[in-house]
Amino acid sequence: MSQAAPARQRRWDWRAAGNFVGGSGAGVLVCAALARALGAPAGRAPTVAVALGLIIIAAGLTSVWLEIGRPLRALNVFRQPRQSWMTRESWVATALFAAGAASLWSGSTTALMAAAALGLGFLYCQGRILAAAKGIPAWREPRIVPLILATGLAEGTGLFALVAVANGPVPAWLPLALIVLPLCRGIAFQRYHKALRRSGAPTATFAVLDRAARPFLLYAVALPAALAILSFLPDPAGAWLIALAGAAAFVGGAAFKYTLVVHAAFDQGFALPHLPTRGAGLAGAATKPGWRMP
Amino acid sequence: MTRFVMVIDLRRCIGCQACTAGCRHANATPPGVQWRRVLDLEAGTYPETRRTFVPVGCMHCGEPPCMEVCPTTATRKRDDGLVTIDYDICIGCGYCAVACPYQARYITRRPRYAYGEAATESEAARADPAMLAVATKCTFCIGRLDAARETGLTPGVDPEGTPACVNSCVTGALQFGDRDDPESNVSRLIREHKTFRMHEELGTDPGIYYIWDSQ
Repeated sequence: MSQAAPARQRRWDWRAAGNFVGGSGAGVLVCAALARALGAPAGRAPTVAVALGLIIIAAGLTSVWLEIGRPLRALNVFRQPRQSWMTRESWVATALFAAGAASLWSGSTTALMAAAALGLGFLYCQGRILAAAKGIPAWREPRIVPLILATGLAEGTGLFALVAVANGPVPAWLPLALIVLPLCRGIAFQRYHKALRRSGAPTATFAVLDRAARPFLLYAVALPAALAILSFLPDPAGAWLIALAGAAAFVGGAAFKYTLVVHAAFDQGFALPHLPTRGAGLAGAATKPGWRMP
Repeated sequence: MTRFVMVIDLRRCIGCQACTAGCRHANATPPGVQWRRVLDLEAGTYPETRRTFVPVGCMHCGEPPCMEVCPTTATRKRDDGLVTIDYDICIGCGYCAVACPYQARYITRRPRYAYGEAATESEAARADPAMLAVATKCTFCIGRLDAARETGLTPGVDPEGTPACVNSCVTGALQFGDRDDPESNVSRLIREHKTFRMHEELGTDPGIYYIWDSQ
């Protein structure tokens, strides 16, 4: 039975997970753009955040570059924009770096807005990359796309909080964002998990996700939100609590993505809708080993 | 049009792995890489148990998810239904491997040999460095099919134009041919038997039919 049961995929390891964690950088860019757009005093934070966001995205892409078999051919990744979300992610990332660099060099708000919009596109591409992987039931569930978007934004907000605490006054909207975005990703996770239960997935995938659900909701959703609520206390405790909320929002999201990409990703396995007749016997019932059906 | 498909009679397969060996011999795949492998499936609980041997591999899908995700255009589909990989373009990202619901794709990072560190004479002669660190899979013995077209042979009928696994099947469980030709052996088998295709519900339009009963 074991030959047909779903097995954990081994093609994408921590290096591929690193690319998805790199999506946090997009969230940082969105926060930087928001800080600039709202015009609130934020010191050097938006500029530092743009640099950090670009570095994180670049680190993620470098991480996945280390995984490919033929790294010197990496530019071939740009060849299929008509179909492949991986190609689209590459094109969006290129435009994002151009806009981000222009923003850093000129201080242009328009360039920063463009970088933030492209950041959202980058996160969307990452969600679609996973959703297009038909061989992995935990990824192909369409509700993974809003989950990747929500957690990327929450992680990015967490990182932006760390930057803001270190580099200037904390924008007034930041504690609210650190309450709302982790809650959004908690809801996105619950909806994803529920949809997966409806569509069915390997038993082993559910074992991983069920085990991860509680710590995720506790440490990546409730904890940052609670710390952000407490941060309305006067400084210096408020700033520390914002920083802690940010760290929890980022680390919790990154750990979840690692779990999703590396541990929960079991393949489809094999199934027989009919067992064959043998000799004068009758055909047998269907078998789909290692699956939990709805 | 032509759509090459394989028909596998599960009632006949005895799990001898001759197809696996034939494939490895024909394609010189390294240890651990089995473009055609045979699952040994046990189902049910004692005393109502059944054992079924299921040859699997690349299904040469009509709607190949591997091609859809490939960022480099290395994976393509030909007019005759064969899904191919251009080893000179592939970057070995593995996206096709996670997109394939049949676990049909392999990526071998470094040379592996049957007997330790050194290649045998045969392995050394047939090693293809272009196949290292890129995605590989069953080709339906594409070279034989192309040669058959030029020499007028009929794939699935003439052994020289037929995939090695089909030729090596000792029970005749594996058959190959053109599904779009109503007179072909595979069309007849599909017409006259109850068949299913693996994970058809995923919309891949797989090119391997499994016979499980007579009509």
